[in-house]
Amino acid sequence: MLVEEIMNTNVITLSPRASIAEALHLLQKHRIRHIPIINDQNHVVGIVSDRDVRDASPSILDRDADQLVLQNEIQTIMTRQVVTVHPLDFVEEIARIFYDEEFASVPVVQNNQLVGIVTEKDMLYTLIQLTGTHVQGSQIEVKVPHIPGMIPKVTSLFGKRNMNIISVLVYPFYDDPNYKILVFRVQTMNPNPVIQELREAGYELMWPNNIPEPKV
Amino acid sequence: MTCKSSFIYSDDLLQYHFHSDHPFNQKRVLLTKELLESSKQINGQDMITPRMATEEELLLFHDLDYVEAVKKASEGQLNTGSGLEFGLGTEDTPIFPGMHEAASLLVGGTLTAVEAVMSGKSLHSLHLGGGLHHGFRRKASGFCIYNDGAVAIKYIRENYNLRVLYVDTDAHHGDGVQWAFYDDPNVCTFSVHETGRYLFPGTGNVNERGIKEGHGYSFNLPIDAFTQDESFLHVFEIAFKEVVDYFKPDIIITQNGADAHVFDPLTHLCTTMKIYDQIPKLAHDLAHEYCDGKWIGLGGGGYDIWRVVPRAWAQIWNVMKTGLPASGDLPSEWVNKWQNKATVPLPKYWHDTDDINPHIPRKAEITDKNEKLLLNLLKYTKNTI
Repeated sequence: MLVEEIMNTNVITLSPRASIAEALHLLQKHRIRHIPIINDQNHVVGIVSDRDVRDASPSILDRDADQLVLQNEIQTIMTRQVVTVHPLDFVEEIARIFYDEEFASVPVVQNNQLVGIVTEKDMLYTLIQLTGTHVQGSQIEVKVPHIPGMIPKVTSLFGKRNMNIISVLVYPFYDDPNYKILVFRVQTMNPNPVIQELREAGYELMWPNNIPEPKV
Repeated sequence: MTCKSSFIYSDDLLQYHFHSDHPFNQKRVLLTKELLESSKQINGQDMITPRMATEEELLLFHDLDYVEAVKKASEGQLNTGSGLEFGLGTEDTPIFPGMHEAASLLVGGTLTAVEAVMSGKSLHSLHLGGGLHHGFRRKASGFCIYNDGAVAIKYIRENYNLRVLYVDTDAHHGDGVQWAFYDDPNVCTFSVHETGRYLFPGTGNVNERGIKEGHGYSFNLPIDAFTQDESFLHVFEIAFKEVVDYFKPDIIITQNGADAHVFDPLTHLCTTMKIYDQIPKLAHDLAHEYCDGKWIGLGGGGYDIWRVVPRAWAQIWNVMKTGLPASGDLPSEWVNKWQNKATVPLPKYWHDTDDINPHIPRKAEITDKNEKLLLNLLKYTKNTI
């Protein structure tokens, strides 16, 4: 999946000369946590997070604080080394950036122009779509040897029963490199016939379908 | 205590029939009725014949093009491709002749129950042909075509403007009804079910609380696979009481799927008849305490049609009629009549014997997890003002 498929193209931005107060206002108004800072040519020159802005704001506990600091320009507090991505980058790569860099939003840049933004939340939403847990279905987990040809063998049983598969995930089996767990979400309320067939075909099912007992 | 109650029944309810290998089998309703007749708990005066729901009534919840598609399918005029968009012609909801009429009768039965209670003719009314909680606005799913519960609640809202509490004890999440009223603060849904991690439909997380004005009016208790009686009853009873006290409904509708039983082939819950004695009793007590008795009971899932569903459902009626579940021996007349047709030995008593309780190694862990869920659910049942 590509970044351009999940990015938000309606980006809230500020110029470097805008005040910290404006940034604060935008963060609250749009309930966002990051604002890319762009120059007249729509180039990303910095980014501020809600934490940057909060750090620069007077404490709410300090009533006599000097509110004038909020009139400082945003470029005085913005981060200048901005990690950006391209619309044709893979979503998986952004997950890596979020994990490694420990920030939660990246501007999307094409031909030096800001074209979108992707947040950690967009990423998680995509993950939910990939797992298929947002649509009705039953989940079946099958443990298979980590060798070629296992997925077609297992899925053919679903196909024969005219059972629509919503998603397929391949998990590691703990630390054992010889096995994988295939996780299927299938669009049926009655997975029993196919579970029975999987058992009869000798596949090892994971909990709770690994035990015909204690359900009598 | 004897309450004026009505039992919605007609043999025509059995027309809702996909095919002979399909797990959803409305013979359950007939078996229940006959069990009650044999035990002299019901007579002709208790019964009301269900009416058909009109198309206008179906449209209180469903989309017109969906209803049109079901009508076409009903007459064999729908091709496979266009059916799939509406969930018609799948493994779960195959097409059968007359499906529109059969499904409309189930909805009509639930509306008949509503009318019986709202007219004051009955204090409680039971329609075991209903409770098809997976039906969506424009999609059949999970053995359900039209969602009678959702239509009936819309009907109550429009015609009587009552605050409705919908309580769903089917082992599957009552998703169709929940989503139908997800943004409605006048309809509170509470579903207890096996966690959706493995089981259809997968939703019903404790964090699904409703949106917009409806935020805080959707409750879910997704209990762990292999949960047994004590833990089930413990969390359900506390949650039910707290939700009722928080929401203060004018009427209670219960969906009484009977598939959380250890014998049920479709789910992983491991309860016994104990919960099916207690669930209606609790609903009955709370309906009297908060709603002047206004209580409508519906059927739902339940796939062990011989050993589980007839007893579980008959107990709802026993409670409606007498305030208490029945106990002791089942009438031999019923057992003898059906034993040779049944695929398993029929039970002898209203209760289950202890030997059906499996040993669950993770019991303590399951009990603990369920308790944590309960505490999570209860965060929203305290009136803060």
